[in-house]
Amino acid sequence: MTSAALAQGSAAARIVDAGTRLDHLLVTAGAWLLAVLWILPLLFALWAAFHPPLYAARFDLTAPLTLDNFTRAMAAAPFARYMLNTLMLVTMTLAGQLVISTLAAFAFARLEFWGRDLLFFLVLVQLMITPDVLLVENYRIVSSLGILDTILAIGLPYMASAFGIFLLRQTFKTVPKELDDAARIEGCTTLGILLRVYVPLARPIYVAFGLVSVSFHWNNFLWPLIVTSSVETRPVTVGLQVFASVDQGIDWSVISAATLFTSAPLLIAFLLFQRQFVQSFMRAGIK
Amino acid sequence: MARPVGDPCMDRRLLTTIYAWLLLLPAMVLLVAFTHYPTVATFWASFFSTARGRRPASFLGLDHYRRMITDDPVFLQVVWNNFLYALVTIPLSIGIALVMALWVNERLAGRGFLRMAYFTPTVLPMVAAANIWLFFYTPGFGLLNQIIALFGGPDVNFLGSPETALWSVMAVSVWKEAGFFMIFYLAALQSIPPSLKEAAKLEGASDFHYVRRIVLPLLMPTTLFVLVNAVIGAFRVVDHIVAMTGGGPSNASSLLLFYIYETGFKFWDTSYAAALTVVLLAVLITVSVLQVTVLDKRIHYR
Repeated sequence: MTSAALAQGSAAARIVDAGTRLDHLLVTAGAWLLAVLWILPLLFALWAAFHPPLYAARFDLTAPLTLDNFTRAMAAAPFARYMLNTLMLVTMTLAGQLVISTLAAFAFARLEFWGRDLLFFLVLVQLMITPDVLLVENYRIVSSLGILDTILAIGLPYMASAFGIFLLRQTFKTVPKELDDAARIEGCTTLGILLRVYVPLARPIYVAFGLVSVSFHWNNFLWPLIVTSSVETRPVTVGLQVFASVDQGIDWSVISAATLFTSAPLLIAFLLFQRQFVQSFMRAGIK
Repeated sequence: MARPVGDPCMDRRLLTTIYAWLLLLPAMVLLVAFTHYPTVATFWASFFSTARGRRPASFLGLDHYRRMITDDPVFLQVVWNNFLYALVTIPLSIGIALVMALWVNERLAGRGFLRMAYFTPTVLPMVAAANIWLFFYTPGFGLLNQIIALFGGPDVNFLGSPETALWSVMAVSVWKEAGFFMIFYLAALQSIPPSLKEAAKLEGASDFHYVRRIVLPLLMPTTLFVLVNAVIGAFRVVDHIVAMTGGGPSNASSLLLFYIYETGFKFWDTSYAAALTVVLLAVLITVSVLQVTVLDKRIHYR
């Protein structure tokens, strides 16, 4: 918070009368009520995960804490492997997206060539028709490529990201032409300029896109559910679903533990880097 | 195009074109393979029957589309469900998102916590969220039924009865989406100069008036953006349906994409699934065309 904002805040505080103070109190109460309501499901999952099954639906403050549910979940399904699969999936997908969109975005932003508008339109089509609605045909393509039930099959349809190309193109367009020219005079090749001038200047956008992409692919479910069928390829979301629907019946403590485990890395990253997350989602949406 | 021999400008342009096309090659190959070609193939497949065993696919013309309207009550129900789902969840989550953003933007006590609480559900995978909510809805000892029992109400099988199943999955969707939309409103609110509020105060406008007459109109572009995203989301996300109800009981909570998934990957009627996908594509394309042609012209961007 800047000092200007603070000064403004205290100035505003001085002029509030009793009526607006009551208003303020009511608004605060409402905001807190909603926040508690909103976070309640998660608190509930935390409660169930860290207490013995007996207390899953009984809120007794003296209930003993335990990690037993986590060990039982890990023993019942290969969650560590699922997690590894997800990590490989999001890394591979993001790496592919970054390289492919950088090259494409640069061409659209800075080169004059035949067919540019048409090709750009063809890219934008993907903003409207995302690969995950074309389940049947994409399944057919993936299977004819012979990569069914691989991690590559989950990521490949998303690797050319219209969203990424669009976002980076907008950013590259704001890079001053003079910088570009200066680097060229210094003897940089076009690819050199892209790597040394454009990419570093677009860093915040790369971070934003990276966070959005990682959260999307970490959470993606339906497409991976369709193309994977073995432990070695399933991401955590699919693993969790298989586990919850087949193996467990209604042992809520274990399911809660598994649920938290699958979301934990993303949740913890979010809690640690809240500001970056929120700003990234803003940036990605607005540009 | 006629090209004068040896024109250096044209040569340069040709070179740039080759260079640009090379840069675009990886992106275009993947886009054609996983977006353009499958879209066309989906249209094409929807005119044929599904090949089964020794029986090859035969041309059916518009039969699949006729079947949807006259001979497939599940399709009609699923479309109705999806329509209702969009009609309820979109205004609710946008409304809640707006209120959240207005609150978080004020200098309230514990603002950091409020923002965190509102936004956290967004970070969770939908499947994880669905599994948590499953617990709430459980008959007997589920949290909601415990609360109902406290007030002496009857036990409700939220996900198991046709009257409540769709509403129960809607709640999960609103819970998960509102915080996401809040972010965009928050960004827009932070770009409104504080001087506007001071001016409104000086003119004697109440907070309510200030929000209604000044803030809401300024938020229109954001609302449009969020609205388009929400509509697309309402037709694209069915993870919670898979995890919570499987579309049941008797399709009461099934949505269009879930029905496509069922038709294509459980009943293996891929060409009927293709025809259903065409309907979904039509919805998505209509939304985008409306966004570009009608709404964008009415609402001025910065």
